[in-house]
Amino acid sequence: MKRRSTFLSVSASMGFVFLYAPIIALIIYSFNKSKLVTVWGGWSLKWYSELFKNDQIIDAALVSVKIAVISATLAVVLGTLAGFVLTRFGRFRGKMILSGWTTAPLVMPEVITGLSLLLLFVAMEGMFGWPAGRGTGTVIIAHTTFCLAYVAVIVQSRLISLDETLEEAAMDLGARPASLFFLVTLPLIAPALVSGWLLSFTLSLDDLVIASFVSGPGDSTLPMVIFSKVRLGVSPEVNALATLMILTVAVGVIAAVFQMRRQHRSKEIQE
Amino acid sequence: MSTIAESVRLTGPTLRAQILERLGQNRWGRYAVISIPGLWLAVFFFIPFLVVFKISLAETAIAIPPYTSLFELNLEEALLEISINLGNYRYLFEDDFYLAAYLNSAKIAAISTFFTLLIGFPMAYLIARSHGTTRTLLLSLVILPFWTSFLLRVYAWMGILQKNGIVNDFLMSIGLIDTPLTILQTDIAVYIGIVYTYLPFMVLPLYTALEKLDGVLLEAAEDLGCKPAQTFFLITLPLSLPGVVAGCLLVFIPAVGEFVIPALLGGSDTLMIGRVLWDEFFLSRDWPMASAVATVMLIVLVLPIMLIRNNAEKQGEAA
Repeated sequence: MKRRSTFLSVSASMGFVFLYAPIIALIIYSFNKSKLVTVWGGWSLKWYSELFKNDQIIDAALVSVKIAVISATLAVVLGTLAGFVLTRFGRFRGKMILSGWTTAPLVMPEVITGLSLLLLFVAMEGMFGWPAGRGTGTVIIAHTTFCLAYVAVIVQSRLISLDETLEEAAMDLGARPASLFFLVTLPLIAPALVSGWLLSFTLSLDDLVIASFVSGPGDSTLPMVIFSKVRLGVSPEVNALATLMILTVAVGVIAAVFQMRRQHRSKEIQE
Repeated sequence: MSTIAESVRLTGPTLRAQILERLGQNRWGRYAVISIPGLWLAVFFFIPFLVVFKISLAETAIAIPPYTSLFELNLEEALLEISINLGNYRYLFEDDFYLAAYLNSAKIAAISTFFTLLIGFPMAYLIARSHGTTRTLLLSLVILPFWTSFLLRVYAWMGILQKNGIVNDFLMSIGLIDTPLTILQTDIAVYIGIVYTYLPFMVLPLYTALEKLDGVLLEAAEDLGCKPAQTFFLITLPLSLPGVVAGCLLVFIPAVGEFVIPALLGGSDTLMIGRVLWDEFFLSRDWPMASAVATVMLIVLVLPIMLIRNNAEKQGEAA
């Protein structure tokens, strides 16, 4: 028994080391003075100042954040509707199709999604004259479509675990379907909406393949700029950028964990 | 408070009937709500595949868009000309290059999935067996990389695996090798990259399955004289099978179409279908051929797996 648990701990720890070693190496080397990425030349903040001087990266970051905010918001609206319809509407015609369509984007290889959306946009432009060319709008549509699927799954699992008595009580007290949804259901699933929004935001910010297919010539997103830089080899500026992004995420996650703990505790005290 | 909840619970069935009745009166409102996400997905997810299929039957043309139209309406002679070109598909099956790319993608994805399972299982098991804060902490450690950029995590490996990178430095300093190994730009680097980036996708479903595992069963097996390895293969593994299947599918399908990892970590001879599609589209500008590659990939590699997954889910619901 003892031997097996040592084996388990060792192999599991190796997995965690594997998961974090590259990230830690990236952070350390972002402070490297040397231009050769892997030769250590002492500590320096040089690459961070280079990064902030690089207008191309900063512009791309702004474009990416704008796209991510809009598509995450749209995805939450549409994904919540899809999740709600699939869990609360009982049986209806086309339910299987809708449920297939909502989960399929989760596993579809990105190259196929990207290619198919671009060809749709091109065909639509030929038929209706819209979208004229491509730009942030088409990227937003594409990102909304695949983020919607994630939101729908999160909302569905939250709705399934939710006790229906509250909704039934509201119905019994005469709430109409719309006010039931906005006054009772929505506040109850709010945490799922927040995590769905955050996940969509990150996924949109991170997407390279789909954005490369559907964006216009002037609208490069941050991953597209990083990819074209990185393709030529390792670049210390990108190390600095990566470190900033990783630290932002880490701070956000830690803050969220603490917030959740505090809420949890205050709830326990109230009870 | 509890009595109110209780009475609500008791009157549940009749209430349900009331709800359904009220919703029934509002049938059009119901369809309106259903159709909002439904229409969005139909237009931006389903129809695109039909467009891809249509264009895979067209011919390449030097024009904008760079493919020929399938339908030609000749009003003067009241003639509708339909020209379907199966040449792309013929070419796809005749040229060994594409077949090799499909097979190699499936091979790389399968081997990577196996190693992801091998590394992910102990992690998921440890998390499921730990309690309280430790469990939350370990679980967040698995999820955290998920929130950081995928592209940048792949990029991190470029620095580690290159000729004068950390791995080679380390191996040389302990005297295991004399000259640096070429790891970057080989298939091995692609395996490492896929296993690394998709590890959380494997650990999370495994954890969900293992968490449900009843410890009593393991104790009983041990009491009946099972050795740890026997307990594992006879009890733990079969009971966690749904998680294993879910995790493997979540890793395998996206890995098959992977573009970024072979482009950054693989060599010029690392043949993967996602990369072939990308090159066909962006470099050769042969949109009909790229569409044919995508159609076959969808039908041969993705669709069967999605059907299996759906089936498994349905069986799970029925049980």
